[in-house]
Amino acid sequence: MSLMEQIYKTVILERSRTPRHRGVLDDPAIRQEGVNPSCGDELTLSLRIEDGVVQDAKFEGHGCAISAASADLMLDALHGATVEEARSFSAAFKAMIRGEPVPTHLDLGELTALEGIRHLHARVKCATLPWTTLEAALDGATGPVSDEA
Amino acid sequence: MTVPTPPSLDPEALRAETPILGREVHGRPLVYLDHAASAQRPRAVIDAMARHYERHHANVHRGAHQLSAEATDAYEAARAAIAAFLGAPEARSLVFVRNATEAINLLARAWGDTHLRPGDEILIPVSEHHANLVPWQMAAERTGARIVPIPLRADHRLDLDAFAERLSGRTKLVAIGHMSNVLGVVHPVAEIAERAHAVGAQVFVDGAQAAPHLPVDVADLGVDAYAVSGHKMMGPTGIGALWVRADLLASLPPFLGGGEMIAKVDMERSTYADIPNRFEAGTPAVAEAVGWHAATDVLREIGMDAVWAHDHALGEAMIARFDAIDGVTTFGPRGADRGGILPFVVDGVHPHDVATALDAEGIAVRSGHHCAQPLMAALGVPSTVRASTHVTTTDAEIEALADAVVRARDFFAPRP
Repeated sequence: MSLMEQIYKTVILERSRTPRHRGVLDDPAIRQEGVNPSCGDELTLSLRIEDGVVQDAKFEGHGCAISAASADLMLDALHGATVEEARSFSAAFKAMIRGEPVPTHLDLGELTALEGIRHLHARVKCATLPWTTLEAALDGATGPVSDEA
Repeated sequence: MTVPTPPSLDPEALRAETPILGREVHGRPLVYLDHAASAQRPRAVIDAMARHYERHHANVHRGAHQLSAEATDAYEAARAAIAAFLGAPEARSLVFVRNATEAINLLARAWGDTHLRPGDEILIPVSEHHANLVPWQMAAERTGARIVPIPLRADHRLDLDAFAERLSGRTKLVAIGHMSNVLGVVHPVAEIAERAHAVGAQVFVDGAQAAPHLPVDVADLGVDAYAVSGHKMMGPTGIGALWVRADLLASLPPFLGGGEMIAKVDMERSTYADIPNRFEAGTPAVAEAVGWHAATDVLREIGMDAVWAHDHALGEAMIARFDAIDGVTTFGPRGADRGGILPFVVDGVHPHDVATALDAEGIAVRSGHHCAQPLMAALGVPSTVRASTHVTTTDAEIEALADAVVRARDFFAPRP
């Protein structure tokens, strides 16, 4: 397998070309912007949470294949998840992408396709931007967030 | 700018003198096409810095001892060499700083804060690097002056008619890059300076991208200040320089206070040193100055006419090759005023993904907004890939780049 095939797994390419969760939810929904200024990547996440459960979620913006696939697969995992589960997924995903141990009781499913990104230091922030944006949305952040130090 | 019979340089010989170009990346020979971000060091620069540390190092302008005298001589010789490299009439009007960004911040503080008034206008092209925009925005905020953008024409050259229309008695400064770090175009700075001076405005030039690639003569250009960066000229990081017309520089207050920049200090007040020391508070980057001096010697020996002819020819070759690739869009003008910088996008593929695909083949390019977000907005793209050449770049590297871009296109966006 070439280096490119190790990084850009089929599911990453598919989800970046034809995302399932692209769009913006109407009010009343939480809207949160995430930006990585040095890339110029921008992402708007909209979430509808009722009774502590994510009922619907979409993302919009422009970014690379890695950030788009990460966002789309994240939203797969979020649908029907409780806020607490969403936070756990985010922590587990970030642990995986940083090469840290992932709690065994959590199944990241297709998100594990992104694991190879941890070898590409310059691109880790592309994969984590949707998740940092999610955390900010759940925390009720008031402005755009970034995954750049 | 036009060179009828281009003097030639031998990139292979220069490659042999640039150790890093011998390494591999991801198991492939390195193809380094990110010179606009930072050039690579020839052995002469590395050796000059090592020799300085092994034989001559001490603090400058202070001790009475032999090493201090040698270090001071080396530091001042570097100042003279770099001033001469830029065509500066006097070495004392060249101030060493950390980088071109600091040079512009120095101007924005020392000149901007003392000369800008509410309602004054600063003309800046939309294509500028953030380093030549943000310090002026900050100065405008402090003083009540305002930024007036100079737009580009459809061919991505500066719109000189729009520039002329915007010039007025309110114009106090034209802040302009000599060569765009994204579009690779060289702006007609001499003509711009003449027109700006006719309304009494100053002309400060960001030469970070031009000085490594083309002959620069600040006296011929007729500008008032010129900022450069060492590492883009094959010198070390951590050093740059600001040249300012001597009478103007002598009239400006200090930017940073401390040792080295004073004449006499008592507890209540101090008087300041003459130029250039007034603007060099604290221990300067002595070894870096020595290394940069060596880099300018290398460039001088090649000849800046030859450097420009080489970069220009490679730029033309890149444009011709890329224009023949389906699904790739290039930016910037075509012509004699274009150097070896090519911004491009693969349609439907994010520049970061293209850059990762190229990196997997050992090819180093930049992707992103290149610290020029207003330009990206003007071009209608969030970001681009950018390939940039220098004296060690070969035709074979351009071919390798183009072939790899085709593979990247087919990987991410398979043709039907």
